Amino acid sequence: MRNPRATRLLFELSKPGRRAAQLPASDVPDVPLEELLPASAVADRPLPLPELAEPDVVRHFVNLSTQNMSVDTHTYPLGSCTMKYNPKRNERLASLPAMLNLHPYQPDDSLQGMLQLLWELQEMLAEIGGLDAVSLQPAAGAHGEMTALFVAAAWFRDQGMQRTKVLIPDSAHGTNPASAAMAGFECVTVKSTPQGYVDMADLIAKLDEKTAVFMITNPNTLGMFDRQVREIADRVHDVGGLIYLDGANMNAILGITRPGDFGADMMHYNPHKTFSGPHGGGGPGAGPIAVRKHLAPYLPAPVVVREGDRYRLDYDRPKSIGRVRSFFGNVGVLVRAYCYILTHGPDGLRRVAENAVLNANYLLSRVKHFLPVPQGDRCMHEFVASAQKLKTERGITAMDIAKRLLDYGFHAPTVYFPAIVRESMMIEPTETESKESLDALAETLFRITEEGEDLLHDAPHTTLVSRPDEVQAARQPILKWTAGA
Amino acid sequence: MTPDKLLFSETHEWVHLDQTEAQPIATIGITAFAIEALTDLVYMQLPKVGDQLTAGEPFGEIESVKAVSDLYSPVSGEVIEVNSKLPDNLEILNDDPYGEGWMIKVKVTDPAPLSKLMKLEAYEKQCSEEQ
Repeated sequence: MRNPRATRLLFELSKPGRRAAQLPASDVPDVPLEELLPASAVADRPLPLPELAEPDVVRHFVNLSTQNMSVDTHTYPLGSCTMKYNPKRNERLASLPAMLNLHPYQPDDSLQGMLQLLWELQEMLAEIGGLDAVSLQPAAGAHGEMTALFVAAAWFRDQGMQRTKVLIPDSAHGTNPASAAMAGFECVTVKSTPQGYVDMADLIAKLDEKTAVFMITNPNTLGMFDRQVREIADRVHDVGGLIYLDGANMNAILGITRPGDFGADMMHYNPHKTFSGPHGGGGPGAGPIAVRKHLAPYLPAPVVVREGDRYRLDYDRPKSIGRVRSFFGNVGVLVRAYCYILTHGPDGLRRVAENAVLNANYLLSRVKHFLPVPQGDRCMHEFVASAQKLKTERGITAMDIAKRLLDYGFHAPTVYFPAIVRESMMIEPTETESKESLDALAETLFRITEEGEDLLHDAPHTTLVSRPDEVQAARQPILKWTAGA
Repeated sequence: MTPDKLLFSETHEWVHLDQTEAQPIATIGITAFAIEALTDLVYMQLPKVGDQLTAGEPFGEIESVKAVSDLYSPVSGEVIEVNSKLPDNLEILNDDPYGEGWMIKVKVTDPAPLSKLMKLEAYEKQCSEEQ
C-alpha cells in the first residue's frame, strides 16, 4: 500500500533538529573552524540540508522504490529496448567475490581467470557477429558506435583516403547521426520506402567516393529485416565504403544469421538488450564492438590476447585509436553477458531469437485489427502500430493509450519513434513473456481503445504523478527544489 | 500571406518569393501541416544574418516534445533577415504560420533549386498521402 505522505520531498519532510544518528561526544578539544580554515573556505551559513529521522528516510525511499515499473514487476513491451527478463543466476555469478573483488591493477598473472573469461567473450562475440576481432571497452551501445566510427576514420586515414560522409537511414536510432557527428563525419540521411526498407534509389544517388560508412540497423527500427542488405553492402563496398551494423536488434537474429555474413564490416552489441546486462538506470552499460580483420589493428587498446595457455592485456598496438574507457570497460556487465551466452549455448541463443520473433508476431496478429500496423502482417522481434486512425476519428493519441496502460499494470510501449510512422507505438514483447501475458496485453490494449476520450486524455489515474506538463518541462524546466518556491 | 501565393518543399517548408529586385528575396517558414505533425514545440534554432544556405541543407532545427527535426532550406543564398522573436514565442507558429511565423529571409543566389518547389495543390496532395 502506497504512502503518499512519505514520497513528498525530503526537504518538505524536514524538521529542524531532527536526526537519524547520534554522534558520541568528541574526546578531542574543539577548535573553531575559522582557526583551521581561511575565511574564504568557510561558508557564511550552514548548508540547508534536510533533517529527518531514520524511519522518515527509509519510508521515503522504500515508497519511492515501489513507484518503479521494471521487468521484475511488470510486462514491459518497450519497443527498441528489448526489456527481456534478466535471469537472477547471472546476477549471482557476476557477484561472486572472485569476480567482484578483483582490481584492474593486479598483475596479469593473478587475473588469469578473468582474462580468460574476457578473451572467450571476445571470441564468442566475434563468432556470433560473423566478424574477426572484438573490443569490449565501450561503455554503451552509442559509445560502441562512436568507437567503431573512430576505427573506420583511422583506417581510411591510413589508406590515404579522405572520406567525409556517413549515410544513415531516416528510421535509424538518433544515436547513429550523433555518433557520426562526434567522430567528425558529415551525416547524410537516406530515405526509407513506405514498407520501411532502405530506399535503394536514394541510397545509390547518395553513394560516392566521399562515403565512409553506411550505418544500418537490421532488423530495422520498424521491426523489419531488410532483405536488400547484401545488395546494399555490395553497393557500399563498390564505392570503397564500410558497412556498420547497429546491433540494437540482434535479439531477433541470434544464431540465425550473422552481420558479417550479410556484409557488415563493423557492429556493436547492446548486452543489456541481447545478453541480460542491467536495463537502463543510467548504467553501467557495455557496448562491445566487432570488426573485420583489416580494421582490427585500430581497435582500442588493450585487448586480451592468449599465448599458449596464458592470457594477458596487450597494449602494444601502434595503430590503435587508444583507450575509450578506463581500465577494461564495465566488466561486471560483460560477466553477465558471458554467463548468458554460455548458459544458452548456440542452440539456446537461436531459440531466444525464434521466440522473440514468435512472440512479436503473435502479438501483432492480435492487435493489428484495432491498431493498424502499416508495415504489414509480419515482423521480426517488434512491430510499429499506429494510432493515427483513432486520432483522426476520436482524438485519441498514442500518448493517451501509452499513459492509460500504466493504470492496467503494463509498462507503455515506445511511442512517437520511429518518427516515420505517425502516432507510432513500437511494441516489443521479447521472448521472456508468456502467451498469457501477451494475451493480457492485447486484451488491455483493445479495452483501452474502447474507452472514453476524456478518461484517456487524463490518464494515468492511479500513479503518483499523472501527466507532467511536457511543454513547460521542456521550455522552462525546474531542475532543483527551492525553499518557498 | 495566404498559402496559395506560396511555394512548398517536400520537407514542409514554405517559400514566398519577392521578385521585384534583381536578386529574388525568399521568405521561408514551415507549413501548418508540419506544425501540427510536430505537436507541442519547445525549442528552435535559426541561422544568423550573413549565413550562406544551400538548397536541401539544414538551416536550423526545431524541437517538439516528440522529436528534434532539421529545417531544410528550400533555396540557396544568403540570410539577410531572421525573425529573432520567434524562438522565444513559438506559439506564433501555431497562430500564424504563413505570416508572423516566418523564419528567415534569403537573398537567392541560385534560382535552379526553385524549380523543385511545389504549388499549393501538389503540396496538399503530398500531405494527404502522408496522412
